[in-house]
Amino acid sequence: MLSRRLLLGSLAAGVALAPTERLIGKPRRGGRIRVAGIVASTSDTLDPARAGNSSDYMRMFLLYSGLMQYDRGLAVKPGLAESIESTDNVVWTIRLRRDVQFHNGKSLDAGDVVHSLLRHRDPAVGSKVKAVAEQFASARRVNAHEVELRLTGPNPDLPIILAQPQFVIVENGRRDFSKANGTGPFTLKAFAPGIRTIVQRNPNYWKPGQPYLDEIELIAIPDELSRVNALLSGDVQMCIAVSPGSVKRVRASSSHLVMETKSGLYTDLVMRQDNPVTRHPDFVLAMKHLLDRDLIKRALFRGFATIANDQPISPLDPYFNADIPQRVFDPHKAKFLLKRSGLLGTRLPVYVSPAATQSVDMGSILQEHAAQIGLNLAINRVPSDGYWSTHWMRHPLTFGNINQRPTTDMMFSLFFKSGATENEAGWSNPRFDKLLIEARQSRDPVLRKAIYGEMQLMIHRSGGLGIPVFISLLDGYDRRIRGLEPIPLGGLMGYTFGEHVWLDA
Amino acid sequence: MSGAASQSSWRGPARLVAKRIGLAFITLLLVSAVVFTISGLLPGDAAQELLGQGATPEQIAALRHEMGLDRPAVVRYFEWLRAIAVGDPGNSIVANKPVADIISERLPNTLTLAGLTAAFAVPFAFLIGIVSAVNRGRTTDRALNILTLAMVALPEFLVATIAVLVFSVKLLWLPSITIVPQDPTLGEFLRAYAMPVMVLGVGVIAQLGRMIRAAIIAELDRPYVEMARLKGVPQRRLIVRHVLPNAVGPIANAMALSLSYLFGGAIIVETIFSYPGLASLMVNAVTSRDMPLLQACAMIFCAAYLLLVLIADTVAILANPRLRQG
Repeated sequence: MLSRRLLLGSLAAGVALAPTERLIGKPRRGGRIRVAGIVASTSDTLDPARAGNSSDYMRMFLLYSGLMQYDRGLAVKPGLAESIESTDNVVWTIRLRRDVQFHNGKSLDAGDVVHSLLRHRDPAVGSKVKAVAEQFASARRVNAHEVELRLTGPNPDLPIILAQPQFVIVENGRRDFSKANGTGPFTLKAFAPGIRTIVQRNPNYWKPGQPYLDEIELIAIPDELSRVNALLSGDVQMCIAVSPGSVKRVRASSSHLVMETKSGLYTDLVMRQDNPVTRHPDFVLAMKHLLDRDLIKRALFRGFATIANDQPISPLDPYFNADIPQRVFDPHKAKFLLKRSGLLGTRLPVYVSPAATQSVDMGSILQEHAAQIGLNLAINRVPSDGYWSTHWMRHPLTFGNINQRPTTDMMFSLFFKSGATENEAGWSNPRFDKLLIEARQSRDPVLRKAIYGEMQLMIHRSGGLGIPVFISLLDGYDRRIRGLEPIPLGGLMGYTFGEHVWLDA
Repeated sequence: MSGAASQSSWRGPARLVAKRIGLAFITLLLVSAVVFTISGLLPGDAAQELLGQGATPEQIAALRHEMGLDRPAVVRYFEWLRAIAVGDPGNSIVANKPVADIISERLPNTLTLAGLTAAFAVPFAFLIGIVSAVNRGRTTDRALNILTLAMVALPEFLVATIAVLVFSVKLLWLPSITIVPQDPTLGEFLRAYAMPVMVLGVGVIAQLGRMIRAAIIAELDRPYVEMARLKGVPQRRLIVRHVLPNAVGPIANAMALSLSYLFGGAIIVETIFSYPGLASLMVNAVTSRDMPLLQACAMIFCAAYLLLVLIADTVAILANPRLRQG
């Protein structure tokens, strides 16, 4: 059994495509494709501030443009901003391109940028990135093409933050988002929340020659099997989130391909630090040693994952600390630690849910290994609906699911800073918090790398999270579609595929 | 029936129907109260669900205020009730647009799917029911029995998945998801609906067919049938003129049950074919805790059910002279 799994896993990994194959050929104009996302609901939105799921992000990048745009890896490049500069990382000068028009013909003005950035701070807007936007102390229109943005404190990552889908630029004063007036590669043709979005090529897009496609229809097929079937039957030409188990089926088809995007997405075991048992250092370390990372990668993800080391920064991140020794599956050590702490034989409930990708199976594997050394874990499987608000972080042992964030600082401030809302384990370390500020204030990349490296080591050693693997993103697409490149921030090029892909005849 | 008798004979049923309509409204009121109470017990509210995992308490409080969710539940319920009484289902708090607009996009889809399925399933059900009742106990009846039992037992998701694998993925005959183009030709229309109608129809045909068989068999055992046979009434005439009119009551009720299932029960088919109907809208309303939208869906399903049952009862009354007097 084990050897068969091993074989399947390595086969699947072996046939992963070299990215260069997709680069062949010159972009061609024309054509229409239908793309299947995974979420469709009445909360589908045209308001960038409320964009909250993968389908929303795709819609945003089709219709609007950001000041900055995702490049390959975790890098960004100028978008609507021609340049973005600062001498102290506090006061930023943003110079805008001069050739940009909104879909309704209005020229892009610095006032639009000021409005787009500051509206996130208004509680009534209900912005998903309100917490991030709190650092915008003020924004001022210097002239038609220049904005001065002042932050509450230094943040060298501002350009990366501005590439996020929620920070795309809308028209000054716009409050009604029943229609979309952006500067993006496509204009809105039809929008029915929960049903479909149809967009048409914007002939006045500010990137000459782009986009290539005439029309894109974005729908959602939440059921994975139906989604893959729709791809294979030709009803959609591209779909996001193919499960590892379906990759073989898609690749068996002569007209379809799968793109693997390595990412920093992870499903983690959360051990609350406010519970006497789960905060015991021996217990935490024992659980980390009980995670069978190789098995999880091979069996649960069929090889489409990268082994992780109980800290949230993936090897894709330029600040990744490669010097931390890899923690390995070691039931003997786990047993020794549990015995020493006197916790062996305790019965502990673990909450798992389909809401946290593969946590149900991870929980079962963990339970199996724990039972063998005499630790009794009770796996409680709860439904997806309401999992995040009622279970996650609310019990001593739960599973979380955290997406790749564009910067190291964001990963740390959102999930590890003392008192952060999403500090999953309730972990608190004064030195860590101090280093976080220090890194933000430093303008020296070498020093930042050293600081971030130490912070990773701190989480690896004493953090309350067991992070077994980083999960790859898998997208399925029709072989005729060209121009796709992996961007780790999300499926289908970090959701920005629209302006990049073309249909080969 | 004579003209003079019909004057008085209509008054009874009319009063009965009026009473039933009154009861229907009370039922709707109770259902709305129950739905409101139970959905209020679900963990989280619309503000939490919309802002997701990383929301701060202040953010949630602000959005809750914006959505009007910070007012007491009783106040919200009675406000909704007052609005619905004058025909206004309110605004969806998640989509921020009128519930009526959202429903009007989906209701035609659900009605089309239900209508097509009924048009496809009912004749087959009658055929199966009558043929197996007439041949009761013989090979035909047994074969049909096994067939319908199998059809009832097969879960929809299995039928749907196998149908998609065969007809869409392997043969490439039919689309695997139901997307009806803006102005479809008849061919496009039928192609789009073929699979969901077929899958939904399987269960309906089998269930309805079995109930029709039972209703007819119950009649066939009655003395008047024997009498008619003794008098030499031919089989076809016996079924069409004597048995069916007497079996109309139970058959109408069975149909009402099966057809009301096509409204809310289409959820699996809607999910697999990613068809935007009312059932998935209601599930969506539950997961996003969108109370006005959820209430509107619940009211529609409940009203459709009550209406179908009312029609069935009326038909039964009208078809039965004894009840008609009553």
